[in-house]
Amino acid sequence: MSPDGDRWFDREAGPVVRPYAVTRGRTRARTGQFDLISVVVATGVQPPDTVWLGPEQQHMLRLCRRPVAIADIASDIDLPLGVVRVLLCDLNDQGLVRVMSAPQYRKVPEHLLRRVLNGLKAL
Amino acid sequence: MGSRLSDPDEGPGPLVTTKILIAGGFGVGKTTLVSAISEIRPLRTEESLSEQSTGVDDVSGVDRKTTTTVAMDFGRITFPDSLVLYLFGTPGQDRFWFMWDDLSYGALGAAVLVDTRRLADSFAAIDYFEQRGMPFLIAVNCFDGVERQRPGDVRIALDLDPHVPVVLCDARRRESVKQVLIALVEHLHGEPIEDHGEWSATVG
Repeated sequence: MSPDGDRWFDREAGPVVRPYAVTRGRTRARTGQFDLISVVVATGVQPPDTVWLGPEQQHMLRLCRRPVAIADIASDIDLPLGVVRVLLCDLNDQGLVRVMSAPQYRKVPEHLLRRVLNGLKAL
Repeated sequence: MGSRLSDPDEGPGPLVTTKILIAGGFGVGKTTLVSAISEIRPLRTEESLSEQSTGVDDVSGVDRKTTTTVAMDFGRITFPDSLVLYLFGTPGQDRFWFMWDDLSYGALGAAVLVDTRRLADSFAAIDYFEQRGMPFLIAVNCFDGVERQRPGDVRIALDLDPHVPVVLCDARRRESVKQVLIALVEHLHGEPIEDHGEWSATVG
């Protein structure tokens, strides 16, 4: 704390709540399945009364009403990627979202390259 | 196939996502390049610094700060028929290597942005992609005030394999960045890419 009293806390101080507090200390999720460009969508299933969702997870569920990439979710809710992964993992386990992970390519399929190439050329 | 998810209730087709990495040394212009072509201003996601990195993190001047995050800037290009290309800038500092495996996972390939005044800053990225077998090209950033380099000279200076394309670009210009990405995808597609520098003449 700085000697001049109440000015020690500002934007630079970072979040009030430690990032991993919202995951109750868990720092690991299944990374492969929760890649930056893995796509998440809400299943539309309502959380049962026995499941308590924090404000972060409720926000995520709203973002996932349409298919959205994890990188976009992390950016929107302004939490570290690791935290987002753990919270999404919970939502997935509870059947509230579906996750389709990005594949690790040995060789990128021809048709995907063609689509990207055509898309870039049309920009 | 990219990441794919069908949503039967909404939207015309499955959303397919894919990504390309934009690598290079600190301050070489990666975020500028992403900004030039992204449909959104570059977004940012963060990851907490791992314990193994905190030991070497330079905390001088921020002595009250006990956690550090590494920021990853990214941009997005949405093509017709629900295909989205993400461009991820890699962290420029070597101490953030632990992020690279995560960023590389599922990537199509990489563009290594090079400043000819600081070629050595790109060695680490080149080594990484060579060791992982990740296809990449070299994009020489020729912005104002930088003497034009011949791609062949850059190739020799970087000791590149003959099949790695070297192209000149201006990372601030959308058309130039577009040509870099096209050259990369053509390279991935197995098409031979000639070393050339005419883009700098047309866009510089």
